[in-house]
Parts: sequence; C-alpha cells; structure tokens
Amino acid sequence: MSATPTAREEILARMRRALDGAGEAPVPPREYRRSLETGADITAMLIDRLVDYKANVHHGLASIAAALGDAQRVVVPADLPEDWRLGGAEFVPDTELSTADLDGMDAVLTGCAAAVAVSGTIMLDAGAAQGRRAITLVPDHHVVVVRRDQIVGHLAEALPMLDRTAPQTWISGPSATSDIELQRVEGVHGPRRLDVVLLED
Amino acid sequence: MSPEIVPAASLIPADAPFPKAAKVALGMPQLRKNLAHATGTIRAKRANVAGELDDWEPLRDTAAAIKADVQHRLPELAVEFERNATAAGAHVHWARDAQEANAIAARIVREAGADEVVKVKSMATQEIELNEHFEAVGLKAFETDLAELIVQLAEDRPSHILVPAIHYNRTEIRDIFDQRMSDAPKGLTDEPAALAEAARQHLRRRFLSAKVAVSGANFAVAETGSLVVVESEGNGRMCLTMPQTLISIVGIEKLLPSFSDLEVFMQLLPRSSTGERMNPYTSVWTGAREGDGPQDVHVILLDNGRTGVLADEVGRQALSCIRCSACLNVCPVYERTGGHAYGHVYPGPIGAILAPQLEPGRHDDLPYASSLCGACYEVCPVKINIPEVLVHLRQQGPHQAGERAAMGGAKAVMARPRLWRAALKAARLGSMPWRRKGFLRRLPWPGSKWTVSRDLPVPPKEDFRDWWKERQR
Ligand code: SF4
Repeated sequence: MSATPTAREEILARMRRALDGAGEAPVPPREYRRSLETGADITAMLIDRLVDYKANVHHGLASIAAALGDAQRVVVPADLPEDWRLGGAEFVPDTELSTADLDGMDAVLTGCAAAVAVSGTIMLDAGAAQGRRAITLVPDHHVVVVRRDQIVGHLAEALPMLDRTAPQTWISGPSATSDIELQRVEGVHGPRRLDVVLLED
Repeated sequence: MSPEIVPAASLIPADAPFPKAAKVALGMPQLRKNLAHATGTIRAKRANVAGELDDWEPLRDTAAAIKADVQHRLPELAVEFERNATAAGAHVHWARDAQEANAIAARIVREAGADEVVKVKSMATQEIELNEHFEAVGLKAFETDLAELIVQLAEDRPSHILVPAIHYNRTEIRDIFDQRMSDAPKGLTDEPAALAEAARQHLRRRFLSAKVAVSGANFAVAETGSLVVVESEGNGRMCLTMPQTLISIVGIEKLLPSFSDLEVFMQLLPRSSTGERMNPYTSVWTGAREGDGPQDVHVILLDNGRTGVLADEVGRQALSCIRCSACLNVCPVYERTGGHAYGHVYPGPIGAILAPQLEPGRHDDLPYASSLCGACYEVCPVKINIPEVLVHLRQQGPHQAGERAAMGGAKAVMARPRLWRAALKAARLGSMPWRRKGFLRRLPWPGSKWTVSRDLPVPPKEDFRDWWKERQR
C-alpha cells in the first residue's frame, strides 16, 4: 500500500501546478428549465414515453394481476404492501434469497421512488417497497407500481425525491441495445419485459 | 459456411500515421457503407430528441461552465470525492498512469481470490489497456457490452467510443457469433433481436457467478462520493450489482461538484449519445450498502496524462468531454475513415484533440485529420470548441510532420469531391433542427482548392464562418 499515498500527493501536486494562474472558477449559469409548462398533463406524457420505449402500462390496483401475466413465482420486497399481492401467483418475499433462487423467479413486483414524465423514467432508490437492486435485475419481468404523487414532469423535480446516497437504478423501458447498426432493440441482460401499473390517487 | 472473419484492425495498422491508415480504410467499401448507415441513423435520432428540448442551448452553456468549474477546482473536488466515498465504505486509490492503475486493479482481483472479471464498457480501461495487462499477468477480463463482446470475439479493436463495433453490420455480427461464440445457437439469424438473445444466453451464467467486476464511471459526484454508470443493456447493472467486489477506474476529469448537476448532464448525455430521451438504465452507487450489491468497493482515480492536458489553457477543455460520441457521428472525416485509422482509443474529433494531448509527441498528425468544418462543435453537449483546439494544436506541433499529414491525409480523405460533399451535407442536415445561429446549411466542397497550412490563422468565431462562406463561392 506504500505507493498509493505517494501517487495521491503527486497527482494533487500536478493538478495544482497545472492550475497555477488559471484564475477564478466560473460560476455556471442556470438558465435551463427545471419543470414543464404549468398545465402539462404529466401522466399522459409519462404513458406516451413508456409506451414509446416498449413498456406496458396498466391502470389501477386491480390491474396488477393482469400485469403479472402468467408468472407463477413472483419475488417481492419484504415490505411490499399486502394489498398489492394480487392474482394467482406465489409471492416470495426477498429474505436474502440466493442468486439461484432469484434466477428461478418468473417476475418481480415493486414500487418506486419517482417517475419522470418527459423521459419515461422510473427511479428506484432502495426505499419503501423497492428492495435491493438484484431483485429487480435477475428476473426477466419487472412489474413496477407508480403512485400518482410520485410522477413529476422533469428530471430536476425528481432528483430531490431520491435518497441521494442509496443505491439507485433509473429505468427507462426494458433492457435494450443500440449496438447493432445503432437501432434500438429491446431485450438483452436486464428484464426484457417492463409493466408499469399506475395508481390514480 | 459464413465468410471468414477479417477484423478491420488487422488491415488498418494501429501505429501508421493517419494519412496512411486512412487510405487503407478508404479502400474498404463495406466499412464505409456500414459507418455511413450507422452514423446516419444516429444523427437523425440525436437531432430529433435534442430538438424536443427548448432549453438545449442553456443546458449546453451550463454543462460547459460546470465542467470548466470542475477543472478549476479539481484538487479540492477530488479530495472531497475521496472523503465522501471513503466515509461510505469505498476504498479510494490514486493512479499516476496506466501501469499503476492496472497493477492496483490486478492486486484487488487477486486479493478477492479471483482470476477473472466481468467488465462494463469503459473508455478509461481501454485507454490503460487493462484487458491486455490482465492477460499478461494471468487474469482474464470478459467484456459484457454487446459491441465490446463483438470486438473481443472478432479479435478486433474498437472503432467508436460508444459503439465499438459500429463498423460491423448485422450480417457480419452474425458471422462473428457463429464462428467465435462457442455456445451460439444453431441457425442463428441476423435479426438484431436474435443476436441480442444469443449474447444474453452467452453471458448469463458468467454474470450470475462472477466474483469481481471492473467498471468505469460516467460521473463521479464529489458532494456525495457517488459514481454513475449510464448504459442500455443491463450488463452494467449485472456487473455493478451481482459480484462481491467492484473496481471502478475513473478519470479525474469525471468529477461533478454536486448530485443535482446530474439534472443537466443526464438530459444532455443520452440525447447526444444514443439519441434517446433517456438510456434504459442508469446506476448510481455510493460506497458499499449492506445487503445490496458489492461489499468490497474500490475506486481508482486515474491521471494518465490528464493533469498535462489541464495545464494547457486552450487544450484543457478537452477534459470536459462526456464521451457521448456525437462529434464522431457528425464528422465527415470519421464517417469516411472509421475509428481505426486514428490509431488511438479516442478517435474522431475528440480523439484528434485528446490523443495528442494525453500522449505528447505522439499523434501529432491527428489535429490535421479534420477540415475544421465545425459540425463537432455544434453538436457537442458540453460545447468543447474542437476547431479552436485543433488549430491550437496545429500551431504547437512539428510543422514538417503536420504539413505532410495535411497533404497526405486530409486530402486523401476528401479527394472525391462528390462523396465528400454528400458526407458534409448529411452531417450538417443531421445537426440542423436544434441549430440556433445562422451557421451554413450546406458546404459544397471546393475540392480542387483544398489547402490546409500550418499557419492557418486562429479564426475568431464569426470570421471563421465568413471565411467559409467566402470559400463557398
Ligand atoms: S467532444 Fe463533445 S461531442 Fe465529442 S464525445 Fe466529447 S462530449 Fe461528445
């Protein structure tokens, strides 16, 4: 470990030398938008953007069963509300399930921390009803419940809703790639099916 | 039986000067066709989603200023990042150069009791040639990004900073999988969805059993000690979540002052790179979190020439780059030669200003691999004035070599006026919808009059445009 502190001191010294005489740091202007026009229908916009990136959208608590489709074993965070566990599937709470266990699940059902209409982005921050990152990654089908009060228009409105130092995953549509001729194709390593259930109040 | 795979890198010598390498690339019609198709697609997508935002220009202004602020306060922000990441349970290391970074990474892998790692695509690890170093010391690095996987299987080199396999079309990718991927499904077609499925099956077990992952980071937030990785496929999430040990190699220029700065960069980056409103997955993590993801978390802060770039008042703006690749996609020279000809991991306009600065004395010909048309500056989400830096570097380089490069290189690329005009026009059209000021719509190329000289005056912005208009007549 002896070389490491030396490298640190040397790099910091190089930085200071490079900046010798560089003057004051500029103060960034902040002229950009932080919200959408008032009156914008953010729910409609969110739906439009989700569908555009091949997510399925459902309405109301009762639609959770349909969103889960024919999934038989569904992993859920231990604190998932009881009244969300709808339909005929077996709901398996994540009490330190192994990777192999997770790989055997047909779907995962969670809540979220925020949703951004403009980009169709659902944000998870390991908070209530979300669980650890692995449970929303390994199963091939993610059903996520979004409450009306979690939807905002703009990214700048969503960031303050997150637990900044918690592990976060921002999700915009199912897993995809643009690596073949730069066309977006759905379905690589993450869940290939994303269903979003909107709870209207 | 599919045709034999001939990696482009085996034809285009990595260490040849640009003019020579470019000539080889120009003689590869399929490569040019693939590039034109892919860059054309992405230009249109980018222009669309950038055009959706009525505050695109203010966002660029802010991003440029935040990056300039970071550069001015780099020592303080690096130490702030280190303090906060360490407090959150990460081990922060510093590496002066590639060798030191590779050695630290290899040591961590061994200490974790592993001899292989899964990798998230990262320019920093390509720059330090981590895979090659690992191989030399008996460790294996598996690329998991689809394009990186293609390049690795083809034993080729990346040719684009975002889509390293951009020079292959779907049929060629199918052939590579068919011949080089041991578990490729029988009768694999060239449908992109089928190719993606084959990659999923190929990597799944490796993801679920990997002990160690290596990543880069798109952003490092000083205020919180967080790292951010932006991706599409979920291979990033797999690497960042499933293994016990995570090593992230992060160039010191990736720092951002505060978490809320992401509201600027996460609007600009996905729109500029893949032309999406948002990329499918963004991961943010801060040190180690009990019961969630890797518990043994390392960050290697990498210099490797960056402090040298920082010392150049004009050149340091190259450190603002967020590696979106928009400048490659609009560059008429890149579109015709591809990435290999540049002979550096950073090709295209950003490579032409970054490579010669990161490795002084090498790549002196790259600042001439440009016609100074300015399309790169116009699309750059952080407003790096690439033409300005190109001219600055030309004035510093050895003139003889520069002249030779200008005569032999740029000219060779642009020798066919009709093709050249088409390329330029496409580049300009792609960037039009969001353009504010009256920049030229079309730049018919006066091929016969092409001259570049070492003492081309540093043109003030408006004069530069007038100068072009003049040339147009
Ligand atoms: S120089 Fe600008 S346009 Fe080019 S890759 Fe970097 S950020 Fe993107």
